[in-house]
Amino acid sequence: MPRRTMVEAIRDAMDVSMQRDDNVVVFGEDVGYFGGVFRCTQGLQRKFGSSRCFDAPISELGIVGTAVGMAAYGLRPCVEIQFADYMYPAYDQIVSEAARLRYRSAGQFTVPMVVRMPTGGGIFGGQTHSQSPEALFTHVSGLKTVVPSNPYDAKGLLIAAIEDNDPVIFLEPKRLYNGPFDGHHDKPVTPWARHALGEVPEGHYTVPLGKAVVRRPGTAVTVLAYGTMVYVSEAAAAETGIDAEIIDLRTLVPYDLDTIVASVRKTGRCVVVHEATLTSGFGAELSALVQETCFYHLEAPVMRVTGWDTPYPHAQEWDYFPGPDRVGRTLKAVMEA
Amino acid sequence: MSDLKPLSFHVPAPAVRPGGAPDFRDVKIPPAGAVDRPPIDVAPEDIRDLAFEIIRVLNRDSEAVGPWAGLLSHEELLEGLRHMMTLRAFDARMQMAQRQGKTSFYMQHMGEEAVSCAFRKALSPGDMNFPTYRQAGLLIAGGYPMLDMMCQIYSNERDPLKGRQLPVMYSAREHGFFSISGNLATQFVQAVGWAMASAMKRDTKIAVGWIGDGSTAESDFHSALVFASTYKAPVVLNIVNNQWAISTFQGIARGGSGTFAARGLGFGIPALRVDGNDYLAVYAVAKWAIERARSNLGPTLIEYVTYRVGAHSTSDDPSAYRPKTESDNWPLGDPVLRLKNHLIREGAWSEERHTQAEAEILSTVIAIQKEAESHGTLHSGPHPSARDMFEGVYEEMPPHLRRQRQQGGV
Repeated sequence: MPRRTMVEAIRDAMDVSMQRDDNVVVFGEDVGYFGGVFRCTQGLQRKFGSSRCFDAPISELGIVGTAVGMAAYGLRPCVEIQFADYMYPAYDQIVSEAARLRYRSAGQFTVPMVVRMPTGGGIFGGQTHSQSPEALFTHVSGLKTVVPSNPYDAKGLLIAAIEDNDPVIFLEPKRLYNGPFDGHHDKPVTPWARHALGEVPEGHYTVPLGKAVVRRPGTAVTVLAYGTMVYVSEAAAAETGIDAEIIDLRTLVPYDLDTIVASVRKTGRCVVVHEATLTSGFGAELSALVQETCFYHLEAPVMRVTGWDTPYPHAQEWDYFPGPDRVGRTLKAVMEA
Repeated sequence: MSDLKPLSFHVPAPAVRPGGAPDFRDVKIPPAGAVDRPPIDVAPEDIRDLAFEIIRVLNRDSEAVGPWAGLLSHEELLEGLRHMMTLRAFDARMQMAQRQGKTSFYMQHMGEEAVSCAFRKALSPGDMNFPTYRQAGLLIAGGYPMLDMMCQIYSNERDPLKGRQLPVMYSAREHGFFSISGNLATQFVQAVGWAMASAMKRDTKIAVGWIGDGSTAESDFHSALVFASTYKAPVVLNIVNNQWAISTFQGIARGGSGTFAARGLGFGIPALRVDGNDYLAVYAVAKWAIERARSNLGPTLIEYVTYRVGAHSTSDDPSAYRPKTESDNWPLGDPVLRLKNHLIREGAWSEERHTQAEAEILSTVIAIQKEAESHGTLHSGPHPSARDMFEGVYEEMPPHLRRQRQQGGV
């Protein structure tokens, strides 16, 4: 089976979807002729023509606002916001319009739209190219929020998102585009070509939205993670020798509570890990859910390892980024509680 | 010591406030019939002056004059008059129903009836409006059942929107009426997207965006013009300038641009101003812009110069910020009276028939209102179930909502 980077897998998902359905259109800043600053749409304009894949003005509001109109017409727009950090001008269109249109029109109008955005840090992008704004979407009823962690899932989840009849926020951890990243920034990059989850089948397949997966079975503690933090948590488990059960959530909303509960009731301990800032982050929701559903099985407090509540810094990137050492320390603390 | 003069801060203000005498001397009204009617494929740069004129058809003597006249038969005009009278009667009943506590909120159209009623007449089946809350004439003139409108306003058991949306925020896909948001300006850019989709699919339908004078200040307005201009989208972009954004006079949003229509010039979009209280002029300009869009000639920006006679909504009291008699002095008159007087002058109508029609329309509206109220009003009678609140957030209810519905005990 061919091994692909996450960029190639994402491109393949759009290619397959555009071939199968004439209503799928792709646009955004630099995505047409050039193929996107991360090359995720490279070749799509040449293959499908400029009515199906085209460049947009630098207006995130306009990109998402027109996509809502296109979706209401009957298309399936899959638009790119160049960095998740740039999505704020489009937030009103996402929150007040895309997310609510099905509800407020009693199903007369729907928004089968995907908004793709590179998310997270680890590339020295500073405060405007490193943010993880997923909690700003998970807080909004009517949206689905997806964060893939590998090429296989990225392709299957993106095809599922494009085929979904509700708006999906698709956050692509940009540090994973070219290989799994475990937080050891001083070590050489492992390419996807050397990772099993870099194996991406040709053609059409889906990974269902709303289903988590156990990445590392274990008995000592449950780690709830997504995106880049899946690999950071794996490294922390390996380096501490703690037999953690690592769950890759894949979809944040709707979340897969059954998989979470089954694991925490088994291990009796839980650590939540994300790159985003701590306060009111998605980890707060996960932590509350675990407390509500697993309280009498817990041997220790549910702990969180996250980015600090500061803007994402530049020079101090690796002091900010919740790497394997910090995750490992928390795993140990939870085991000793 | 610096010898520089201090800067001064400028805040525009309306000419008159409560207690003063209404003054519209600044509203320059060209005579009816004075503005040319260019061909639809005119180069935008050749009609830049139209952004500063006012296209008018009905003159002070109730005659239809000039190059924009002569498009509608007496029969069609009588139908248009009936639409506007129906909207006015509907408004009066719903305004009263709100005062009687039968619903939470209402927004009337008094003085602006011609804009949406005449525009609707120029559209074809399948075209899509992205309206604001003051274009119910699109529904009335489009034959949407008034019963459905009332049930939506009452949020009763027969509400097509299942009690989910504020009164008057209708949605009627089959009638070319996109779901009203209530957040201002958001739908202007969506209209452009819908139009882009129609062009991408090589369809023949066009979209229409609607916005108020105040909301043109939102970024959505400017994004809409950028995208419409870049992709030459088959869309008509309508600005209804009714002079007031709740309590804020139109000068606050307009700034130094002269007119709202003139905003289109920098985008290379043909921009026209029209007398919004002149049914014939609104129809003529709408038809011109719709033909342009359908002929693949791209977007048109239209400013309808009109006046909001009533309060912004049932939660507003205009006497706090403008003279009470200001509406009586509005120089473009009342759209119903002007069309009525024109038809009388043409010998197609009479005072007697008008009075009779008013009574007939009112009794029809009252009969439908009774039927609507038999299905419940906001605070009494049958209304949508609490259980239904959880439906339709997504195509399929996700587990967390299912659990919450259980917790809610519904």
